[in-house]
Amino acid sequence: MVTLHFVPYTEIENLSSIGRIKKLLTVAKQNKIVLLQGRLKKEEETELIKTTMEEINKEFSGIELAVINPSQSSLQGFNKFKNDVLSLVLGDRQGLTIIGPANVVKAISKDPDKIELYTSERVSRKKR
Amino acid sequence: MMGKFRDVLNLWFGGIFGVKKNIKLGLYGPPNSGKTTLANKICQDWVGQSMGSVSPIAHETREINIKEQISIKADDGRELMFNLVDTPGIATRIDYEDFMKAGMSEVKAKKRAREATRGVIESIKWLDEMDTVVVVLDATQDPYSQVNITIIGNLAARKTPVLIVANKVDLRKANIKKIQAAFPQYDVIGISAKFGKNINEFYNAIFKLTGR
Repeated sequence: MVTLHFVPYTEIENLSSIGRIKKLLTVAKQNKIVLLQGRLKKEEETELIKTTMEEINKEFSGIELAVINPSQSSLQGFNKFKNDVLSLVLGDRQGLTIIGPANVVKAISKDPDKIELYTSERVSRKKR
Repeated sequence: MMGKFRDVLNLWFGGIFGVKKNIKLGLYGPPNSGKTTLANKICQDWVGQSMGSVSPIAHETREINIKEQISIKADDGRELMFNLVDTPGIATRIDYEDFMKAGMSEVKAKKRAREATRGVIESIKWLDEMDTVVVVLDATQDPYSQVNITIIGNLAARKTPVLIVANKVDLRKANIKKIQAAFPQYDVIGISAKFGKNINEFYNAIFKLTGR
């Protein structure tokens, strides 16, 4: 069974960058797939990768990460203008970030408006 | 004596007056995209020696490697000197069991995984140090991976000039157009670092990238 854990943007809005990353990683380390409303800042994404590397051990082998960002889509004309205005108002709330623990999610394929999650059969590692 | 004096001046004032002589050119990308193969090709072409070992097993490069003062020449005689920085591949997952599947012993696989995680952290820390970056992508792989987007997005936020190299174009599955579609705001050069295909176009693009 795969568990999806939704995190509304309001839950991370007032946290520091490190606080946000710790919160998201704590959920992912419970073998749950995090669905975050919106996205992290660019520098927070690299910090998330760095922190993930620091926390890798026998039980946790990292994450799979994907961000769907409507502003990256090929909007044109009035739709693009509308989206730019929304981005100004909503900030990082737009889009969706998926963080899957590597033990559960084998790969994420993005194309760029569609996301496919390939889940792994193995969830818990054998004790060695 | 004058040379040393000039070097000191360059060190202290070069960046301020825009005459920085030795720029740092970083090779970034996901594991196994061919960064070290490209670094070796550059070094073999201009220094006459290799830079690092390559392997089909991911995370062969686990430390930052620097080759200083590489001087390359353009077709029209222009010269460019830079310090080449080969970085470990950036990944979001490292599982020692993957190395065991590739034939490594458990002890070696765990050691490689530990070193690989440190390598990723070092690569990210070094992003701040780079003057220009060549992002090396495997043209046979999906370019929309979040690691690629995160690396390039971070470089854009730092206003670091970026050239994207679509490597392994000698392989039938290579798809440069998909990489161009994924990153339309960047120049994308298709090369085969292993066989030297389009390598002169790559060197010309480096001159363009550095504004020389």
